Amino acid sequence: MSDTIEQDGHGHVDVDTVQLSAELVEAASVASHDVAEYALWLGDDSLVLAQNLGWWISRAPELEEDIALGNIALDLIGHARSLLHYAGAESGRTEDDLAYWRDEPQWRSAHLFEQPNGDFAHTIARQFIAAHYLFELYSALMQSTDATLAAIAAKAVKEVDYHRDHSIQWVLRLAQGTEESRRRMITGLSDLWPFVEELFVDEPLIDRLEGVAVRPSSLQASVLSAMFPVLAEAELEVPRGFISSGGGRRGDHSENLGPLLAEMQVLARAHPGAKW
Amino acid sequence: MTIPPVPYAIAPDSAATVSAEEQQFNDLIAADSRIEPRDWMPDGYRKTLIRQISQHAHSEIIGMQPEGNWITRAPSLKRKAILLAKVQDEAGHGLYLYSAAQTLGISRDLMTDQLIAGKARYSSIFNYPSPTWADMGAIGWLVDGAAICNQVPLCRASYGPYGRAMVRICKEESFHQRQGFEILLELMKGTPAQREMAQESVNRWYWPALQMFGPPDDDSPNSAQSMAWNIKRFSNDDLRQRFVGMLVPQAEVLGVTLPDPDLRWNEEKGAYDMGEIDWTEFHEVLAGRGPANARRLQRRRDAHDEGQWVREAAAAYAAKQGVKAVA
Repeated sequence: MSDTIEQDGHGHVDVDTVQLSAELVEAASVASHDVAEYALWLGDDSLVLAQNLGWWISRAPELEEDIALGNIALDLIGHARSLLHYAGAESGRTEDDLAYWRDEPQWRSAHLFEQPNGDFAHTIARQFIAAHYLFELYSALMQSTDATLAAIAAKAVKEVDYHRDHSIQWVLRLAQGTEESRRRMITGLSDLWPFVEELFVDEPLIDRLEGVAVRPSSLQASVLSAMFPVLAEAELEVPRGFISSGGGRRGDHSENLGPLLAEMQVLARAHPGAKW
Repeated sequence: MTIPPVPYAIAPDSAATVSAEEQQFNDLIAADSRIEPRDWMPDGYRKTLIRQISQHAHSEIIGMQPEGNWITRAPSLKRKAILLAKVQDEAGHGLYLYSAAQTLGISRDLMTDQLIAGKARYSSIFNYPSPTWADMGAIGWLVDGAAICNQVPLCRASYGPYGRAMVRICKEESFHQRQGFEILLELMKGTPAQREMAQESVNRWYWPALQMFGPPDDDSPNSAQSMAWNIKRFSNDDLRQRFVGMLVPQAEVLGVTLPDPDLRWNEEKGAYDMGEIDWTEFHEVLAGRGPANARRLQRRRDAHDEGQWVREAAAAYAAKQGVKAVA
């Protein structure tokens, strides 16, 4: 088990590089209302997932995984910051205004990202689906006619490619490791699979953003056809059964989002107007 | 009468019987050169290093908890990213240090078992809780600051793998200290509630941070031998004095008060005089009666136990892949 992330340059972050990339800040035109709404979809997905993953630090099964899951969370926070920064410019709000001062119905995350960590197999199943979806999404979004979204996608796609690889390795290990790990992997995958379909639902917003946004339904084939061979190699069946009705893009969320936001926002909201 | 087993090589007692390899070791130390894993070394030297490096590794790992406690509640996305990066660095430091200790012949599994069984020590400072956000600032500024003072001289420790690991760790620790200072600076520029939060946290962490240098020199049983072996370069009291000298001007920039009414510049000495440290508290925490000892170990043990099936799966999968590769 040697996911030695520090060797590929993920392991070092200093105060300066956690600032928003200068080119993104400067190049960013002000997004229209619809583009801002779309940026919220993407930014909220990443932030909610990062918030979930952050819990694992100091609790992972192996030190290498504390580091790996931390890296993934850190990448996702970076994507979320760029996207929320862009989304907020239209209404004069900062990334932190959007992260800390919106209530649950104003969030646009899909239910997949909101699902609890569960055991390590649940977390891996969530990562497996999320990273495949994000990789195909950002690959397509690089062609967006919106220069800011295209630039954010070009940076993010390289990172989610690594997240995808990390999740694939673990799906294989858990599915083919021991009887217990296989049982847990099957449970994890079947618990998370109901949330796949929502990722591919087109909302009316998308019709107004032709060429700017990636049409969710257009991703379904590529995401599934990337995941299926891995499941086949792992000798895992594609789960059948429940399909969540979703609704995250319209502000209808799973029961998990409320507590997640309550924890994330508690300190900021105790000190309105404070800088940190 | 049974003869006890001989571990490694035992150093002879008198100079008259110094072996060639021991002479070589002594010469390397005298020349302030590096000892490498394959070199002969006295048993005591090996044991001292295993103890020190593994304690240091455990400290990094347990030290993830007081800060990990605030990742989900960090009050801005920038702070959340920095804190996550910092805690992740600590996991990385733990890994380098466990690797350095492994070169001395102890396994990572054994070190982990010693930690979760409560048999190994780690820095007592991490047995204090982190109830407020300002603790993220005070831990960075005071705890990482003290760690840097302790660790910079260790970059020249005579054991090669330890010294080299420390070079890398010290670079990252200075970023940690800087971000802690920045958190406090931002709080001190903020609202009255934020300023109060910062001062209250400094009040809680100042004395435990001074205790991180260890007992006074006349009560530090292992120091003399470690200094003779070029593992330790400065005494506990010297390092503590140096640390306080660094803190005073930084505290002025921050606008926080260091909670020691007896702290004042001594012209004659060219250094600060300071108040008495409460060593009773130090020994209490060391003996397992600190505010968070049980909680820290429980978290580590739970993570280890709950991860058991994952580690078993990875090992089983690797073994199957190995069989496939051979076939």
